[in-house]
Amino acid sequence: MAAFTVARSSCGLITGLRTSLRGLAQTKHVAVAASLPQTRVHRDSRWYSVSHLSVKERIDNKRKAALVGGGQKRIEAQHKKGKLTARERVELLLDPESFVETDMFVEHRCADFGMEQDGNKFPGDSVVTGRGRINGRLVYVFSQDFTVFGGSLSGAHAQKICKIMDQAMTVGAPVIGLNDSGGARIQEGVESLAGYADIFLRNVLASGVVPQISLIMGPCAGGAVYSPALTDFTFMVKDTSYLFITGPDVVKSVTNEDVTQEELGGAKTHTSVSGVAHRAFENDIEALLNLREFFNFLPLSNQDAAPIMECHDPSDRLVPSLDTIVPFETTKAYDMLDIIQAIVDERDFFEIMPNYAKNIVVGFARMNGRTVGIVGNQPKVASGCLDINSSVKGARFVRFCDAFNIPIITFVDVPGFLPGTAQEYGGIIRHGAKLLYAFAEATVPKITIITRKAYGGAYDVMSSKHLRGDINYAWPTAEVAVMGAKGAVQIIFRGNENQAEAEAEYVEKFANPFPAAVRGFVDDIIEPSTTRRKICRDLEVLASKKQVNPWKKHANIPL
Amino acid sequence: MAAHSLFPSVSRLFFALKYGSLHSRCCAVHCRAHYSTAHSHSEKTFDKILIANRGEIACRVIKTCKKMGIKTVAVHSDVDSTAVHAKMADEAVCVGPAPTNKSYLNMDAIMDAIRLTGAQAVHPGYGFLSENKEFAKRLAAEGVAFIGPDTHAIQAMGDKIESKLIAKAAKVNTIPGFDGVVKTAEDAVKISQEIGYPVMIKASAGGGGKGMRIAWNDEETREGFRFSSQEAASSFGDDRLLIEKYIDNPRHIEIQVLADKHGNALWLNERECSIQRRNQKVVEEAPSTFLDPSTRRAMGEQAVQLAKAVQYSSAGTVEFLVDSKRNFYFLEMNTRLQVEHPITECITGLDLVEQMIRVAKGYKLQQQQEDIPINGWAIESRVYAEDPYKSFGLPSIGRLSQYQEPVNLHNVRVDSGIQEGSDISIYYDPMISKLVTYGATRAEALAKMEDALDNYVIRGVTHNIPLLREIITNSRFVSGDISTNFLPEEYPEGFKGHQLDSAGRRELLASVAALYITAQLRSQKFLGDLRVASAPMKSSRWELCVELGDGHHDVEVTRSGSVYSVVVDGEEVEVVGEWNLASALLPLTINGKNRMLQCLHRDASGRIVLQYLGTSFQMRVLSRSTAALNSLMPEKVPEDTSSILRSPMPGTMVAVSVKPGDTVAEGQEICVIEAMKMQNSLTAVKQAKVKTVHCKPGDTVGEGDLLVELE
Repeated sequence: MAAFTVARSSCGLITGLRTSLRGLAQTKHVAVAASLPQTRVHRDSRWYSVSHLSVKERIDNKRKAALVGGGQKRIEAQHKKGKLTARERVELLLDPESFVETDMFVEHRCADFGMEQDGNKFPGDSVVTGRGRINGRLVYVFSQDFTVFGGSLSGAHAQKICKIMDQAMTVGAPVIGLNDSGGARIQEGVESLAGYADIFLRNVLASGVVPQISLIMGPCAGGAVYSPALTDFTFMVKDTSYLFITGPDVVKSVTNEDVTQEELGGAKTHTSVSGVAHRAFENDIEALLNLREFFNFLPLSNQDAAPIMECHDPSDRLVPSLDTIVPFETTKAYDMLDIIQAIVDERDFFEIMPNYAKNIVVGFARMNGRTVGIVGNQPKVASGCLDINSSVKGARFVRFCDAFNIPIITFVDVPGFLPGTAQEYGGIIRHGAKLLYAFAEATVPKITIITRKAYGGAYDVMSSKHLRGDINYAWPTAEVAVMGAKGAVQIIFRGNENQAEAEAEYVEKFANPFPAAVRGFVDDIIEPSTTRRKICRDLEVLASKKQVNPWKKHANIPL
Repeated sequence: MAAHSLFPSVSRLFFALKYGSLHSRCCAVHCRAHYSTAHSHSEKTFDKILIANRGEIACRVIKTCKKMGIKTVAVHSDVDSTAVHAKMADEAVCVGPAPTNKSYLNMDAIMDAIRLTGAQAVHPGYGFLSENKEFAKRLAAEGVAFIGPDTHAIQAMGDKIESKLIAKAAKVNTIPGFDGVVKTAEDAVKISQEIGYPVMIKASAGGGGKGMRIAWNDEETREGFRFSSQEAASSFGDDRLLIEKYIDNPRHIEIQVLADKHGNALWLNERECSIQRRNQKVVEEAPSTFLDPSTRRAMGEQAVQLAKAVQYSSAGTVEFLVDSKRNFYFLEMNTRLQVEHPITECITGLDLVEQMIRVAKGYKLQQQQEDIPINGWAIESRVYAEDPYKSFGLPSIGRLSQYQEPVNLHNVRVDSGIQEGSDISIYYDPMISKLVTYGATRAEALAKMEDALDNYVIRGVTHNIPLLREIITNSRFVSGDISTNFLPEEYPEGFKGHQLDSAGRRELLASVAALYITAQLRSQKFLGDLRVASAPMKSSRWELCVELGDGHHDVEVTRSGSVYSVVVDGEEVEVVGEWNLASALLPLTINGKNRMLQCLHRDASGRIVLQYLGTSFQMRVLSRSTAALNSLMPEKVPEDTSSILRSPMPGTMVAVSVKPGDTVAEGQEICVIEAMKMQNSLTAVKQAKVKTVHCKPGDTVGEGDLLVELE
């Protein structure tokens, strides 16, 4: 409770509320004071308690009231901040006229601090929920309404969200949350906390059953952040959305750090530093349009195969540019994205976490219309080595793909795990194990292409044959070895005068795909230009792959 | 060969096409040669030729060698190890690291490569060692044939001062000017004043516009002197300069000559090369619209006189400036194969490389002057990796992520040395290709060029196709009224891309709207069995809003099959297409007219970039309701760029003229960047104090790198 309260006060949502909330413990009139502006808005329109109206009229009036949320003034204030209203967002996210709303008449049940007054009741309360279609496919949506009590979470609010989540689970369809909420409804106390927990529980139960996506479109602070954190993907809107456990004021008082909201929990922080969010977009509209695009990559549930869309890109297309993409010098970098974009359908690659742990690239694409998950080491950044952040980023992505039947294509150019005290103290052993675990446990089709280096333990980790890779290819430029020539020679030929010669011998023996190919650790050495054609053909065959892991209550990934 | 030249032009052309395509199958680059590809195999020349060059010209030479049954050796720098020319040749030898002075200009390494491979002759291409007498001498000393003129001709013509004296003596018209070496900036000013402004300062050893400046007053002379000597030193290793009268509003017309070692010389007609930017050619054509037969003959004969005067052998070019009264003045002679030689090959049917190889072996020319025809019209556009919106073209670099030459079109020849996946690097010339079109008439060749430019797919680097397409459709250009000042005169404010008229704008908006709807409809097409049935939207009419530049346009689209009726600004436009969303090319029929558009970018936010009439237009398509909400989105303030100087192109920092604390005036030079062997001065856009300097001479900078911050 304390955490939620301070969070709410610190993010400065309702300026009017802010000072009064600090003294919450002392005075019980605070909430009344806080609700005054609300009352004023509706002073002229106290129709919904008027009993002489017919039921039909009352229904119409309630519906009308629900549509304007917290009222025109608050809508204007929301617009002024560059934000859309909860309903506008739903309209944009879903196909036109496809939204079917539930619980439009639900109101909060708080009777303290004057909340029971008519003026403090809003049909639908501070969230819009329902189902709809994105490009024709079913989705459940909730959209928090900042114009009603700052989008704060009441018991009723939580109940509405839980209802659509439950239904999404029973029919097997994704849930998208559009978050814009100041936090707990303080007037409701523990009721609100219970609401959060109800949602958390459903997030956890739905995890791996239906895809869950959070789009943060305003503040999301305190305990509230754990719902997005439990969902599969968290997207943010630049400049208008924040995610933090405690706001700048509390940070200042506890650790004496001076930090702005934006620095502490803005889109840039979470997409490039903390790795909490998976991508950020310029504004509400861009975010919602991109979410529609993103949704098309996902199956509706774990009972569905990866979707296949109509594709205009020939599956047997040769990509001659790949034959020259890996530089002649093994130390020279190239951009793994060039390879990915050239291979996938129509160069269309939806990258996940493009600005975080850039030494690994993950994201969704299509091969001959079918959604695939792509994982690739990025030689351009830190030589493409694996470190703590990249391992965790990769592992989470691989597990999502595995949970939702999305084949995984892995491009390998990895010189190994990043050495150093920072990594060891940070627990690279434990975190690196996550990626290993994720690849090993995955039972979806797994195709691996070694483009250049596959050194040491990192070779094993990157969807190797030994971890049940279905098809493992090597390009002619591949080098599968325990380590690079220089290091290896220093160990094998310790004290040998002629290091250069020894190095040359090592390179001749190991810096090529043969040692792996003769042992059957790669299935074939292929011309890079044929990679797309081969992957498309393999995926056709692997579509019927069936592999089951031993029964277990659940596995124990090294968290 | 002689028999072929009697054939009517068209049938010869097809003959050439047939064979050309056969040959191209064995080459990495697909190109239809527009010169005779038939070769008499009884004439033995060399067994093996080394090509001391890279890029398109190396490929061009290799092609003819293959035709003649000659084995080829390519030399390459380490970054070029996978370049097309290296793969195309029978053998390839690495001659050093990327910088040209360590590889393609590294005579020792090239001599080693010759010894190693046993090449009997060397074709130098253009640039690099093509006009280097030292190289020719070293080859001669080892008994290796140099496929080009003899050393004395290179020497005589390579020095602009000497060449002018020789030309005068050979009764060739020359420009008034100072025939000596200019030693200091003050010297330059004095001489310039004597000749009278404007004057041209140029490198004595130069060519290709490098180390060349025009000065209109004393101050510009001093500045020009400084730049030219620096550029001359870095490009040619020789900083001697000369000054001459600058002829205002001239045309640059050159005569191709071909001579053998037996005293025979021919002129192969002219090439009109007036369309230039910064003294570098952009569009060339043969023949010129400006020359009448008598001027042509007079120029040709003078060119041959000059060639004979220096006992010239091989192919060469005599450049003239021609004024509005058709007076022509000798400019210089290039003792090598020119970049723009293909257009001469198109109209004469000769393979100049083949002729050069024959002549180098000592064979006599097979043709007489009267055998040299002008068959049809040929135009060459130089397709460069550069941004035409910055001073008509500043170099850009990058990887050609997608690349398709329009070689499926008839009468189109593309000479290039790159392919999809190639890197355009800062080390070498940014030319992507030479796009040559041919027609029975000039109008035909121009129409073909429009088609070819529209069908040319280049992604990954900025290129100058927008400028090329504007030039070849410019009414002044089409009427033939051009001079070397064409670009600055036609685009005094700089090139801004194609300017849409209202009909063009409607076509563009209708196309983008139809494309948007196509993509929207496809994004609902899920295949296979669906557990939860899909409920796609059923509408057949859409109301959209398209942003283009500053304008917002309401557009209504209705669709039946592949036919879209689009109402734009109250007028209906019908757009029909194949609507392949994977293809880079977007062939449409708009109101019955065939148009080739290209889709450069399309994203989920409704942003679509289309290339239309050569220029790319950024647009944003939103449904009308989304557009209404979009107006609520705040404008994000872009970075204030007046107080920061960013590198407009990748290159090497040559000089930094300011330090923190200095006050710079508007227009004052801040630093000089050398890119692709050109020095570019960056100046302040306002008067301000220098806050920080982020670069130092010798730094390698990328496009957009922060160089200097002002207060």
